[in-house]
Amino acid sequence: MDFDFSAEEEAFRAEVQEFLAENLPAPEARGPEFAAEWNQKLAEKRWIGFAWPREEGGGGAGLIEQFILKQEMAKVQAPPLGSDFMGLAWVGPALIRHGTDEQKQRFLPDLLESRTLWCTGYSEPDHGSDLASLKTRAVLEGDEYVVNGQKIWTTSAHFAKWIFMLVRTESESRYGGITCLLIPMDSPGIEVQPILSLVGQHSFNQVFFNDVRVPVGNRLGAEGEGWKVVMGALANERSGISEATDMERRLEDLKEVARGARKNGRPALEDSSVRRQIARFEAKISAMRLNGLRALTKQLQGNPPSTETSVNKLIRGQLEIPMHDLALGLQGSESQHANQWTEQSLTFHGTVIGGGTPNIQRNIISERILKLPKD
Amino acid sequence: MNFGFSEEQELQRAEVRKYLDEQCPMAVVRGISESVEGYSAEQWKQLGELGWLGLIVPEEYGGAGLGWIDLVAMLEETGRSLFPSPLISNTLAAAALIESGNAEQRRRWLPGLADGTCIGTLALVEGSDDPTVRGIGLRAEPDADGFVLSGEKRFVADAGSADLFIVAFRTGDAEEDCALAVVEADASGVSTNAVASIDETKRTGTLVLDGVQVERAAVLGEAGSGAATIERLVDLGAIAVSAEIVGAADGALELTVQYAKDRVQFGSPIGRYQGVKHPLAEAYVDIVSTKSLLYYAAWAVDKHPEQIASAAAQVKGFATDAFTQLGVTGIQLHGAVGYTQEYDIQLYLRRSKWARPMFGDEDFHFDRVATMGGI
Ligand SMILES: Cc1cc2nc3c(=O)[nH]c(=O)nc-3n(C[C@H](O)[C@H](O)[C@H](O)COP(=O)(O)OP(=O)(O)OC[C@H]3O[C@@H](n4cnc5c(N)ncnc54)[C@H](O)[C@@H]3O)c2cc1C
Repeated sequence: MDFDFSAEEEAFRAEVQEFLAENLPAPEARGPEFAAEWNQKLAEKRWIGFAWPREEGGGGAGLIEQFILKQEMAKVQAPPLGSDFMGLAWVGPALIRHGTDEQKQRFLPDLLESRTLWCTGYSEPDHGSDLASLKTRAVLEGDEYVVNGQKIWTTSAHFAKWIFMLVRTESESRYGGITCLLIPMDSPGIEVQPILSLVGQHSFNQVFFNDVRVPVGNRLGAEGEGWKVVMGALANERSGISEATDMERRLEDLKEVARGARKNGRPALEDSSVRRQIARFEAKISAMRLNGLRALTKQLQGNPPSTETSVNKLIRGQLEIPMHDLALGLQGSESQHANQWTEQSLTFHGTVIGGGTPNIQRNIISERILKLPKD
Repeated sequence: MNFGFSEEQELQRAEVRKYLDEQCPMAVVRGISESVEGYSAEQWKQLGELGWLGLIVPEEYGGAGLGWIDLVAMLEETGRSLFPSPLISNTLAAAALIESGNAEQRRRWLPGLADGTCIGTLALVEGSDDPTVRGIGLRAEPDADGFVLSGEKRFVADAGSADLFIVAFRTGDAEEDCALAVVEADASGVSTNAVASIDETKRTGTLVLDGVQVERAAVLGEAGSGAATIERLVDLGAIAVSAEIVGAADGALELTVQYAKDRVQFGSPIGRYQGVKHPLAEAYVDIVSTKSLLYYAAWAVDKHPEQIASAAAQVKGFATDAFTQLGVTGIQLHGAVGYTQEYDIQLYLRRSKWARPMFGDEDFHFDRVATMGGI
């Protein structure tokens, strides 16, 4: 057990910090060209896809180095590594694990160089938490699948170039009838309609598929293996959601709010209940960070992320909404005004649901880890 | 960097587990807890021979010379078994000597604490509301040979079985004017009164000092400079108790999960119902998190003493919250059998109530987390 980083790892951390100090302009100084230039610089360092194998165009780095890189970037609120969030976080890893050589060559370079953008088509109107009952059909005709059905809550579908999709290729077998397809969003027969989120943003969509023809070469994994592909992808999604650095920063912001606030005519920080609530958040965030590091150790020993990612996903849900509620409570009547905290306090109600609701995480933990009977 | 236990450490843990399963199953625990002594002298001797009493005692003083990370792994197992013994008390007495005893004092007392021929414990406070130096009121009268102590120490764990007490006393008016001294149970003027414990697997009592002569050679460190050591011992105590909490919580969870698999109502095991399985999933998340905080705290003791205080406060606060909740959940999910003497789950509820104020309750520790966190 050693929570210290090695001298080499610390040297790498210093390199990242130095790079950020030299290359990351302050938010207000970032012009329209910034994103492209920034991604170019990161690509040169091979920091995008940093832990992917070198033969796939990645940086060949270890998971610890990747952790350090992400941590340092989050500390200074650098933009994400590469512009294609979903593509890099789970489509790429799924391609590396399940893709053919031809698919890897076709998709990975574009991903690494931010030339593409992926969205994720799992949820359907009648099949959300119960994802495995999904109905969007794909029927093989010659060397093409013909896809018919509807996806919903598809984040970024209105500007994505590709969709990472789950379809049903067989109706008898619940899990064994699911297949993963990679479909260009400009395929004839795809129609995207916006849905406005609670905060009034257009971030997710409904996507309709009407006789969309998809070459068989765009299938990821074998027919009927889509569930396996997606379990790995969901674990990656949940472990990404669960990175603690972001929460550490939010905690500092919350403390700042508390320092400036008054409650019942006295400084809020003289109120024990405020202090203890913040202290409980702090301990929970420490636990989240350390849980992540312990899970990382298991990955280093060759076990890909799995059910344990539900632990931190649940913790994040226990933190985000109450932390923002406290921030609002500290603002008193000011919390009726729209500001950074009040807006975020609304946004996080969506984050908690995306990637699987808290109840679903509790089901996963109780059924797959504690082995209680399925409901 | 590596956040897992080594193979050797896993083996050591398995050996402790095997010993407890064979020598101290719950029927034996219950038998011992009904005895006057509250521990088995025979088992104590065996633990001494196995090297587990002096796990953290340096080899030159007859110990195993291991670290706190090894210690907490062992205490997790003793906690899981509700093992009735003065193990934590004895270890903390040894820690006091290791922290601030001189070579002569270590030679004199450590080998006995390590081999089981002498049982040690801490006698720090008199009041029930403050585990810090502020809770020390016992005044020492200086005399030609050292000090004379008259007064009472309350809440002394394992007072009845101890041969040696590490007694805290006041040498001046300032808060930090404190010292620690070794007082042997057979010295003239020393007696103890047993107090009935809410958890009979844990013993507590009052130490009565009536004109007890403390020679200078028995005072640890410089007289009047004991405050830092006392604070350190409170932190170490909080970490050790948290380790037993994690183990006991794991034990209570295991019992309750098993019960939920076996008990059938409405035609199905109750563990299928979410009102039952979800609180168990939450308990699991809390236990995973407490373990993370615990291993970090133990590692801080071994490698980064400057982080002990904050790590100890986080883990004891978090562990106390978690175990308190699990005590409630465990009984409730057992139904009426949970309220019987016969079922073991009640023993864990008792343990949770015993552990809560040990070396500071959740309010005490979260207040510290807040202060150390800069608010
Ligand atoms: C901001 C945001 C972005 C999203 N982005 C995407 C995306 O890009 N691609 C995509 O495919 N999906 C996306 N989703 C969809 C998301 O994955 C689903 O919303 C989620 O899985 C829940 O499905 P649902 O909305 O149909 O709710 P339902 O499954 O209908 O659930 C409704 C309620 O019932 C509860 N519930 C359901 N089943 C059970 C059960 N067995 N036990 C106990 N409680 C249960 C749920 O916990 C929930 O509280 C996004 C969602 C949000 C909010």
